[in-house]
Amino acid sequence: MFLETKHLTKQFGGLVAVNNVDFSIEKGKINAIIGPNGAGKSTFFNIISGLHPSSSGQVIFKGKDITKLPSNKIAKLGVARTFQTTHLFEQSTVLDNVIVGHRLRTKSNLLDAVLRTKRFWTEEQKCREKAIEVLDFVGLTHAAHKMADSITQEEKKRVAFALALATDPEVVFLDEPAAGINPDETEGLALLMEKMVQKGITVCLIEHKMQMIMKISDKIMVLNHGEKIAEGTPEEIMGNQTVIEAYLGGSVSA
Amino acid sequence: MQAFLNQKTITAAFILLAVAFPILTQNNYFIYIVTLSFIWMIGVYGLNLLAGYTGYLSLAHAGFFAVGAYSLGILTVKAGINYWAALVLACLITSFIGLLIGLIALRTKEHFFAIYTLCVGYILYLVIYNWESITGGVRGLIGIPAPSNIGPISFQNPLSQYYLVLFFLLFTILMMYRIVHSLSGRTFIAIRNSEELAQTIGISTMKNKLVVLVLSTFFAGLAGALYASFIRFIGPDIGYITITFDLLMYLLVGGIGTLAGPIVGTLLLVWVSQYLQFLQDYRMLIFGPLLTLIIIFYPRGIVGAIYSWKMKLGKKAKRTSDRGKSSGHDKGTGSMAEKKVEEG
Repeated sequence: MFLETKHLTKQFGGLVAVNNVDFSIEKGKINAIIGPNGAGKSTFFNIISGLHPSSSGQVIFKGKDITKLPSNKIAKLGVARTFQTTHLFEQSTVLDNVIVGHRLRTKSNLLDAVLRTKRFWTEEQKCREKAIEVLDFVGLTHAAHKMADSITQEEKKRVAFALALATDPEVVFLDEPAAGINPDETEGLALLMEKMVQKGITVCLIEHKMQMIMKISDKIMVLNHGEKIAEGTPEEIMGNQTVIEAYLGGSVSA
Repeated sequence: MQAFLNQKTITAAFILLAVAFPILTQNNYFIYIVTLSFIWMIGVYGLNLLAGYTGYLSLAHAGFFAVGAYSLGILTVKAGINYWAALVLACLITSFIGLLIGLIALRTKEHFFAIYTLCVGYILYLVIYNWESITGGVRGLIGIPAPSNIGPISFQNPLSQYYLVLFFLLFTILMMYRIVHSLSGRTFIAIRNSEELAQTIGISTMKNKLVVLVLSTFFAGLAGALYASFIRFIGPDIGYITITFDLLMYLLVGGIGTLAGPIVGTLLLVWVSQYLQFLQDYRMLIFGPLLTLIIIFYPRGIVGAIYSWKMKLGKKAKRTSDRGKSSGHDKGTGSMAEKKVEEG
């Protein structure tokens, strides 16, 4: 198993946000999580990436239990994620914003910075090259030297991807990557996700844009009220009666 | 590249001016004021690293400043330790207290961190005020020695003290420049932008914040220790909350999160304060509204305003040259683009 959750549960007081979810992410595929608003999708992501502690259950990554690890350690193991909104340093260039993404693979500390040691220069160079590489990968070479406050919404999404990719991840969790952008741009991001998979990076995303999900994903899990109500290929999900009921409410006579 | 050269010339000009200043004025009172400003600047730089670059607004810095000053005072006056050893120890003691407080304070965020450190600063003040056997209580410490001689150089007159403090200021600025322009600096800025995002790209935020807090208090302690040996007398007032707000005001006016901000803000405000001495505490009636206006319209202070102004000019110049290149460009969209730049 590449990455799986076992009986994962998260309670906020009396509210059960994620309830006993078993899910396995397939390596080298695009995995999607869908569900109505408030279904617990983002919470599910937050537990896996270590931002929220789980109430019970486990997260296993490549045979290792990462449930209790802090998020920075999880990132080091090769699990990256993006947020619905990315807070960039607006008074700085896109490139400058992405350089820090590779920081976790470097060792230089304050002393190196103050004394300007050899390690400082090689690692600065290494991070810069990584940033240029991932910006090229997401198709933002032209915007590398633009100020972060002057780029479009779609470019910001791509910067978020670049930042996640700069950490050298094996799996990337994308939280609503296509929210707030137009259909053409959504198409472009879908292509980018397929490109990531071709490069050997596993993708797991939350998304509301069904057309895109059905087209690109290999496996879909549906959450509703924190519980997994269905799991399978896009075709299976589309024909699933429970899913249709969850989305439309009540019973549907077809 | 041009910007870099520009920055280099400005830095060189500043150093030259600072070195030549006492010779140019020959006025001991001015030298005294500027030396004092330099000491404040070192403290403001410390605050800037924490509040400006890492996003944690500490209101305990007057307390740390006082800890540095009192450490030096007590070590030299009561324990009779060599001045330079006492100076190093004073900085280390302050950093150590910073570390202890940071371990608890950094579990809070934003407003809560500010409020928590406000209380910490006040507690430090109260301890100094009431621990009479060590600190001399309300009477303070007198007879703190000036820096002892290094070989033939003596630090008894204002001129040599001016250069000593200038040396420490330049040292501080160099450290700050190198820290900010490094992966470590980028890490701090990432924490300021979004702590969650920083964590998920593999940054140990607690460790980094603690390092910054310790460094920040180190410089506050250094400033305090220099202050003690420059003024030669210290009272508990230097740990009082008004000093924190002075430091913060210098930082906000000059430009929080900028490298030149502490210099600009401190020089300007100390200079203005000198002219408004006759107003006594009523000068806050002028500073208060001024500060509010600056925070609303120029959140990154004077230096930040100059940066964005320069950037705007740069963009405009680029637009014009781009338009010049593509001949036959529609004039209507051209002027519209220009309008956008002006608005933006």
